[in-house]
Amino acid sequence: MKSSDSISLQGLPVRRPPPLNRFFSSTPVSIIIYCCIVGAILYSSFTGAQSMGYNWQWYQIPKYIYTYTEDGFQFGELMLGLWKTITLSFTAFILAMVIGLLVALLRLSGLLIGTKVAICFLEFVRNVPLLVLVYLFYYVLGPVFKYDRYTASILCLAVYHSALISEILRAGINAVAQGQWEAAKSIGMNKTQMYRYIILPQSIRFMLPPMTGEVVHMVKSSAIVSVIAVAELTTLGQNIISDTYMAFEIWFTIAIIYMIVILILSIGASQVEKRYTVTN
Amino acid sequence: MSNKLPIIEFESVDKFYGKFHALKNVSISVNPGERMVICGPSGSGKSTLIRCINGLESHNSGKLTVDGVEVFEGSKNIIKLRQEIGMVFQQFNLFPHLTVLENLTIGPIKVRKISKPEAELMARKYLERVHIPEQAEKYPAELSGGQQQRVAIARSLCMESKILLFDEPTSALDPEMINEVLDVMVELADSGMTMVCVTHEMGFARKVADTMVFMDEGKIIEVAPPDKFFSKPDSDRCREFLEQILEH
Repeated sequence: MKSSDSISLQGLPVRRPPPLNRFFSSTPVSIIIYCCIVGAILYSSFTGAQSMGYNWQWYQIPKYIYTYTEDGFQFGELMLGLWKTITLSFTAFILAMVIGLLVALLRLSGLLIGTKVAICFLEFVRNVPLLVLVYLFYYVLGPVFKYDRYTASILCLAVYHSALISEILRAGINAVAQGQWEAAKSIGMNKTQMYRYIILPQSIRFMLPPMTGEVVHMVKSSAIVSVIAVAELTTLGQNIISDTYMAFEIWFTIAIIYMIVILILSIGASQVEKRYTVTN
Repeated sequence: MSNKLPIIEFESVDKFYGKFHALKNVSISVNPGERMVICGPSGSGKSTLIRCINGLESHNSGKLTVDGVEVFEGSKNIIKLRQEIGMVFQQFNLFPHLTVLENLTIGPIKVRKISKPEAELMARKYLERVHIPEQAEKYPAELSGGQQQRVAIARSLCMESKILLFDEPTSALDPEMINEVLDVMVELADSGMTMVCVTHEMGFARKVADTMVFMDEGKIIEVAPPDKFFSKPDSDRCREFLEQILEH
């Protein structure tokens, strides 16, 4: 009896979800809802701008991105600012990795003084707002150690992010099984060799996802150094606005530039991540 | 060093984990070439004892000498000493990011500073000895548990150390692989290798051991050659334990 039941059920379609669910989860409906929401936002900002008599000058924007004259192709101010933002973030990130690794190793060293120093550093950096840290590095430490605003901005971003990076490194190192340390010890490796050949290569896959988030975070927080007038993307945007009063267009443009750069970074990061998960 | 001096010597060693007294006044010695098997119920301190030998655990009082070097926490010689002590773990602890061949050669190349071709030649020799030469290019995750443990044994052999420690090496092995591990270990013993093995495999212990040790609650209860140990042990606790595990 049972077997004949299962034969008669063979090939029968599974019950479909209720019609309302099907309606809302279908692709065209989703696209329409999405368009409606985005359209509403754009429309309200446009009408809002019009009612305050805003004079849109989008045609002015391209020259801040690039110019093409008899002299040939030239990058505009915003692109120069973007380049500065990228180099600034990149340098600060490298420095932050170095400081972060040192702090993480201090914290994991097992030495009482090392652990305490690392914790004090972490608590200080994590509990002070980034803006205050920028002022501290530029107005206080700058004159004391005689460095310029560009150095101040790199140092400040590096120190701020090193605290976050050191925690990522520490978590990644701790995520490697205890047995790996023991096996590495038992073949006579010293601490440096254990980290270099056994622990760090394995922790990379634990660290990569949060670390890519940190790169994105770094590019975004680099905008804050505009308060000490380092000539990066946000600062140049402000300068253009004070010359031309095109606040809406410039801020939209800057937001989109940041978005494109960060999207590219995120896509690259997820590629790297994929490659690392395959080998393990 | 004369052959009569013990290669491993515990003298009144105590070990605490917080308040827990894991090793209580342990004194025991292992001679070069001796095959010692330690057994006892869980929590009796046998793993702790064996892990003290290469400094994975540090004892709190007493004296532990291995190969003429005193072992203690923070001792500078311990890293050098560990090259002379191979260890096989219950959970294999292979390096998952390295191939089998790299697992075997990383110690010789990075620690012993042997050239890569020479280390690979040696690694293949030992893989042959544990009967899995064809797995050299695979990653540990692609092997069965039994194969992984054989790689782990080959890895300790590659360090060509004087002492081999086994911490319940067969607990995770397939039954048909135990014998071939045993064969390798007998060969090693014949080549002058000192072995200390924690295991519950009594058949294996009977075949291999020169000395049997029974531990309970952090103390060494019985030390005897296997004949005496299995037929008429001195202590009641040891007899009870053997009855329990030999029943099957």
